Amino acid sequence: MPERVADASGQRATRAQPWRRRGADLAAVLVPTALFALARTVDSNMLLLVTIMVYVVLAQGVNVIYGFTGYLPFGYAGFFGAGAYGTYIAVASLGAGAVEATVLGGVVAVLVAVVLIPLLRLRGAYFAIASLAAALALASLVSNPALTSVTNGPYGADLSKVYSANGSYWMAVAIVAVAMLAVVVLRRSRLGLQLRAVRADQVSASYAGVNVVAARTGAWLLSALLAGLAGGVYAWSISVFYPTAVFDTTISLFAIVFALFGGVGTVLGPVVGAVVLYYVYNAIGVSDPQYFQLIFGVVIVIIALFLPGGLAAVLVGARRRLALRGGDVR
Amino acid sequence: MVLYALIAGVLIGLFYGFAALGLSLAFGVLRVVNIAHGDVIVLGSYLAYELSTQAHINPLFAIPIAVPLAVAIGMVFYRFVAPSLGRSKDPEMLSLILFFGVSQVIEALATIGFSANQDTLLTGPVGNGAVQMFGQSFPNYYPVAAAVAVPGALLVMLYLYRSRLGLATRALMSSRADAMLSGIDVGRTSALSFGIALALAASAGALSIYVNGGVSPSQGADLTTTAFAVVVIGGLGNPAGALAGGLVFGLAEQFAQSYEPNWAGLVPYVLLLAVMLIKPEGLLSRRVRYA
Repeated sequence: MPERVADASGQRATRAQPWRRRGADLAAVLVPTALFALARTVDSNMLLLVTIMVYVVLAQGVNVIYGFTGYLPFGYAGFFGAGAYGTYIAVASLGAGAVEATVLGGVVAVLVAVVLIPLLRLRGAYFAIASLAAALALASLVSNPALTSVTNGPYGADLSKVYSANGSYWMAVAIVAVAMLAVVVLRRSRLGLQLRAVRADQVSASYAGVNVVAARTGAWLLSALLAGLAGGVYAWSISVFYPTAVFDTTISLFAIVFALFGGVGTVLGPVVGAVVLYYVYNAIGVSDPQYFQLIFGVVIVIIALFLPGGLAAVLVGARRRLALRGGDVR
Repeated sequence: MVLYALIAGVLIGLFYGFAALGLSLAFGVLRVVNIAHGDVIVLGSYLAYELSTQAHINPLFAIPIAVPLAVAIGMVFYRFVAPSLGRSKDPEMLSLILFFGVSQVIEALATIGFSANQDTLLTGPVGNGAVQMFGQSFPNYYPVAAAVAVPGALLVMLYLYRSRLGLATRALMSSRADAMLSGIDVGRTSALSFGIALALAASAGALSIYVNGGVSPSQGADLTTTAFAVVVIGGLGNPAGALAGGLVFGLAEQFAQSYEPNWAGLVPYVLLLAVMLIKPEGLLSRRVRYA
């Protein structure tokens, strides 16, 4: 396991072993996808598995925007809700099938992100809070009784006529594959390199010919697409939901903490973070949410104070120390 | 209706400004974004609630009890986290995540201690009657909130502009490095500022339990967003601007509630976004934005 994390983080991949790098990339996409595809034979709680997959995708979305650009989206749930409601409107008003509707949910989230592109002018805390305000404004808009004919206002959305436990499960697996592929390709692509350059030093990057605004906008839209798809498939699998549930700030909170816990900027960190922490949440959080919240808060404080790189950094660090020790013996 | 919205907006706006003052001070002096600000307000509200229901004394007595407590806790806490913040490449972002965690811890502890339900104080701060002003009738906590907020804010201004420590604090706000070079004890001044910021939040809690119709552990996030909106409107890191921001915010909210109650919920967010995008340094500030 540590070996794959190290490879995927690009630290040890060298030009001399492109085949090894490609193999690691391929494995980073296929292994999690295959594990989720097979998970239903082990755990029969399909809604739980879909929810975990949804959080894997959301954590990857946070990884794309925070890990690659440093923009922390407190209002990330806005895209999730936009995706869920986009899916609902596609089914209820346009008569679309569930699969097309889920994809449309992703498109709606991207459209919301396009409207919110000006937020990228803000930095640091300003961006974080502005994105939260935008998400809360969107939630307030969607649940407004004046829009009942489109969104059914605060009375909730009903997708039960397209309900399919199997269909939504496979859709979620497919979206996990898309998210993994997106992060792997982003890491290896020109855009990923540009984003890392911008993150390291914005001014130098722009002197080197990087279009800073375009690169950031690309990451922003990609991250919105992932959240929208996650929202769409969540809506499909849960079937009946209320605006307060899909625009809940807790969704942003979970996605950010899962990504940070696993390690942002890595490929597998957010997956491990989402699976481990959501299982913990499911074990104690549902019956005693306050105790889970307490643990959660302490985890965040510890990450902030002592482990800025998350779990992945701990593993990579341990591997380096091991490798060093091995070198001494030889 | 215009007159009612105007007076209510000013009275409640002064409270909002006072409630946001600590957030602004912490950011101005320490470059720390205290996401847990609203949760500290909630703790202040619970203190007022317990005093009133358990000890049967006026809930406003929570303020003199909370202030020394909050200053002490804030100073110790700041000393504890300062080394990590100092090491970080991006302390502002780190503080955002750190206090996000702290806010979760406070909310969880408040839920464990006081249950997740909303608690409401049935007795007002000065009895239950209404107050007549300019031919309009207001609940009596409106003027009480303003009457606590104004002297509270004045004390902070006196501290900042008329005391030696306040001078040091303002030096820190304009340049940390220069302040250090001129012999100011940066660590102690910062810790004290953070303590005062928490004390302001906790004091606002004794009023918030009335203005927001009660207290519940989950209120913290909304209060932080409101305080942030107020501070951004007035100019982040500018304590005097916070009061002006509170007035703008209070008036906008009261007018929206009077004329467009269906859409009033959108007002704080839209106002916040509009100010950030059009004039990010704050409506009432000439200072350059650092973030």
